[in-house]
Amino acid sequence: MPKDGIGASTKRREDKRFLTGVGRYTDDINLRGQAYAYFLRSDVAHGRLTNVDISAAAEMEGVVKVFTAADFSAAGGLPCGWCVTDRHGNPMQEPKHPILAEGKVRHVGDPIAVVIADSPELARDAAEAIVVEIEELPAVINMKDAVKDGATKVHDDLTSNLCYDWGFVEDNREAVDKAIKEAAHVTTLELVNNRLIANPMEPRVAVGHYDRASDDYTLYTTSQNPHVIRLLMGAFVLGIPEHKLRVVAPDVGGGFGSKIFHYAEEAFVTYASKVVNRPVKWTSSRSEAFVSDAHGRDHVTKIELALDENHKFTAIRTDTYANMGAYLSTFAPSVPTWLHGVLMAGNYTTPLIYVNVKAVFTNTVPVDAYRGAGRPEATYQLERVIDKAARELGVDPAELRRKNFIQPDQFPYATPVAVEYDTGNYDATLDKALEMSDYAGFDARLAESKARGKLRGIGIAHYIEACGIAPSNLVGQLGARAGLYESATVRVNATGSISVMTGSHSHGQGHETTFAQVVADMIGIDASQIDIVHGDTSKTPMGMGTYGSRSLAVGGSAMVKATNKIIDKAKKIAAHLMEASDSDIELKDGQFTVAGTDKSVAWGDVTLAAYVPHNYPLESMEPGLEETAFYDPSNFTYPSGAYICEVEVDPETGEVEVLAFTAADDFGNVVNPMIVEGQVHGGLAQGIGQALLENCVYDENGQLVSGSYMDYAMPRAADVPMFAVDHSCVTPCTHNPLGVKGCGEAGAIGSPPAVVNAVIDALHRSGHKVGHIDMPVSPARVWAAMNGQG
Amino acid sequence: MKVTMKVNGRQVSGEVEGRTLLSSFLREGQELTGTHIGCDTSQCGACTVHVNGKQIKSCSVFAVELEGAEVTTIEGMAAPDGTLNAIQAAFQEYHGLQCGFCTPGMVMAAAALLKDTPKPTESQIREHLQGNICRCTGYHNIVKAIMAASGQPVAAVAAE
Repeated sequence: MPKDGIGASTKRREDKRFLTGVGRYTDDINLRGQAYAYFLRSDVAHGRLTNVDISAAAEMEGVVKVFTAADFSAAGGLPCGWCVTDRHGNPMQEPKHPILAEGKVRHVGDPIAVVIADSPELARDAAEAIVVEIEELPAVINMKDAVKDGATKVHDDLTSNLCYDWGFVEDNREAVDKAIKEAAHVTTLELVNNRLIANPMEPRVAVGHYDRASDDYTLYTTSQNPHVIRLLMGAFVLGIPEHKLRVVAPDVGGGFGSKIFHYAEEAFVTYASKVVNRPVKWTSSRSEAFVSDAHGRDHVTKIELALDENHKFTAIRTDTYANMGAYLSTFAPSVPTWLHGVLMAGNYTTPLIYVNVKAVFTNTVPVDAYRGAGRPEATYQLERVIDKAARELGVDPAELRRKNFIQPDQFPYATPVAVEYDTGNYDATLDKALEMSDYAGFDARLAESKARGKLRGIGIAHYIEACGIAPSNLVGQLGARAGLYESATVRVNATGSISVMTGSHSHGQGHETTFAQVVADMIGIDASQIDIVHGDTSKTPMGMGTYGSRSLAVGGSAMVKATNKIIDKAKKIAAHLMEASDSDIELKDGQFTVAGTDKSVAWGDVTLAAYVPHNYPLESMEPGLEETAFYDPSNFTYPSGAYICEVEVDPETGEVEVLAFTAADDFGNVVNPMIVEGQVHGGLAQGIGQALLENCVYDENGQLVSGSYMDYAMPRAADVPMFAVDHSCVTPCTHNPLGVKGCGEAGAIGSPPAVVNAVIDALHRSGHKVGHIDMPVSPARVWAAMNGQG
Repeated sequence: MKVTMKVNGRQVSGEVEGRTLLSSFLREGQELTGTHIGCDTSQCGACTVHVNGKQIKSCSVFAVELEGAEVTTIEGMAAPDGTLNAIQAAFQEYHGLQCGFCTPGMVMAAAALLKDTPKPTESQIREHLQGNICRCTGYHNIVKAIMAASGQPVAAVAAE
């Protein structure tokens, strides 16, 4: 194996440019003659636009043009990429999502007009001169109120604010009701999965450039999936064929889901560039990001867990309201359904499950996938209700989980919610986490905290998630309007160096390093000979991008397939050069040998022969060494793990401090342990942030109260501890060539219930019999719960 | 109006408006795009630079106020031949960055910390970074990198 092959903690090649300030993010791109766009956004949540007067603004210094919805009469709305069918067999209600508000504004931040000017300052100045008159309507904010009869409608042309009423598995409904009715014990929990804002540190940016000479458009954008944007925007919004539209996402400063979606600003700058015949740049401010980036989570759930007299789970019933916001963002309908309902079995053998989800329109920013997307919501309710059940039954929460785990010999395991887990070993990760966290020694630490007047608690969560969503034909049946394969082209150059063009696109995950490690390992050459090319539709084959922890499991698999094609062809060339049979050729450490002989040719000799085919079997084989592969997985992958959180609560203030956090994950095989651990660390901080700090709050008028970093509590360095992470429990994925499962979201999925379970544990151990505290578990909420005001 | 200052050891001047922030002056005027803008309330720290040797958020000061000042940005931290300095090298070695967007601010903040506190404790590091938000790393490896850059054993802070 080369030193930077699979399994090596290779240092990242990306780092040098980021550490020296020469990374190239979208906002670093400035095109000659560019103009600047400023979006004038609604400051009311709901209302009719009675007048938008742009005449004064249009006359101001430096203003190129002012756009309103009328300028987009020929353009389509922003498309939704997933159509959910409701429990009665009907398609969801799908309102139009215009580029600029048409007739009504539906959330604070809904764009009304756009000024294009010679500088960002002049554009902003001119926007202040636009006269907007809005007849305000009651704001629809609370989801349960929104679906009552007679509620004000967010979309006048829909029958109600209910997007869909989804039941899964509908055929289980009656059996689940019966099992709950007949159960020895039922634990019920009502909870909120708090609304979050992804907040990648790089705000969104879009630069559109129409070239009149070639009639080509280029969009530079902060995207996790440039090909998807090209398809959605080109085909559905602007009517630009793919060969005339190039989408480039250069270095992307984090995404966490929020940069998957196709946003109005991308379509705007692309279209406007042609109209004004200049490149047009839009850079989001952070304040603007709070009211225009898709938000995440925002579920209100009641879950019931039925157990028999032996504490075996017999049924689960859930009733969830899921906020869609004012419009359907690109993948919003899939999150509370096919990314949430299908995970409700967790790691357990519960035979009967029924999940009901009502998706609701409100006068808030659209809600879509955020790190974990549906799986954190499933894990949180399940792991909280199990913890509550253990407390009610007086049993150890670890043992209650263990009693209900799917056992290693039961895989592949078909759950009652339509997925088949390929592999796993949940006792192994739980044992590992218990050992790492010194669970057995907790009492001594409890006594030590008590001596200092602090309350101490320990909380466990076990999670399973589904990554690398696929296969395409199945998700198509479930309503996806996209395929979910991935692609790679491996281009071997004459001297043996390699460019890999992948449809995956890093926004911080280090693909340039890890993908090169895989190819280096397969061929046996140094990773420095391999470059990973991504993020540009003019260079990479059609691919679906990076989200859902899919890059290595799906994109990596496509790359392995393409590399195997390269190796097969290279072996034939080597066989010719050594006058041997193809089947006798072996490749090791970059050398081709004939089995059982001392004959060999080097990788570089073979690649040179491919491009200088003087001694080459031209009659049977084409010259050159370049192969493309598409990989469409046969199943999801199922990472799982056990997380243990230990907290201290200050009884005077209710403040929670995370003292220790342990994560024992089964990600299958691991290519770069350093990067995998870093992914877990980041996910944990986001999950702890959700549990203790972060909350997106709207008031009753639909004003976003938490609209800046002054109000939205991002986790900072002193809010989190050093983490103890482990990935030594490995059950390789059985259906992809690398045996990998994905690690990007696990931390954010497993940690919130572990934190809340720990806080509840601390309160119970000190005599406060609190059933539940909603996230974020802020000092005020903890104090109120401790003092009977929860 | 015109302003002249020294940026990374080089005398530069430019025409600015009264409202032009140092961050904009650097990014647009000087094409030093390593200084990043992550918020508009001086909360995130991505735009951290050094002015006359002190750490400052470059979005919180007007360019015109800095006549004659000495400014150091992330572009001025590595050796002229591109060799990473000790802090930058430690960030790479300990995987203290992922998407890289907050990284310039983190490196500048770390450099200011180590100048005043050559051997910081874990809690001193975390406290010093309170004005710099990272959304990717969970801070774990940033803390390790700064410990390493200060010549202290990383094992002392790592829980693993």
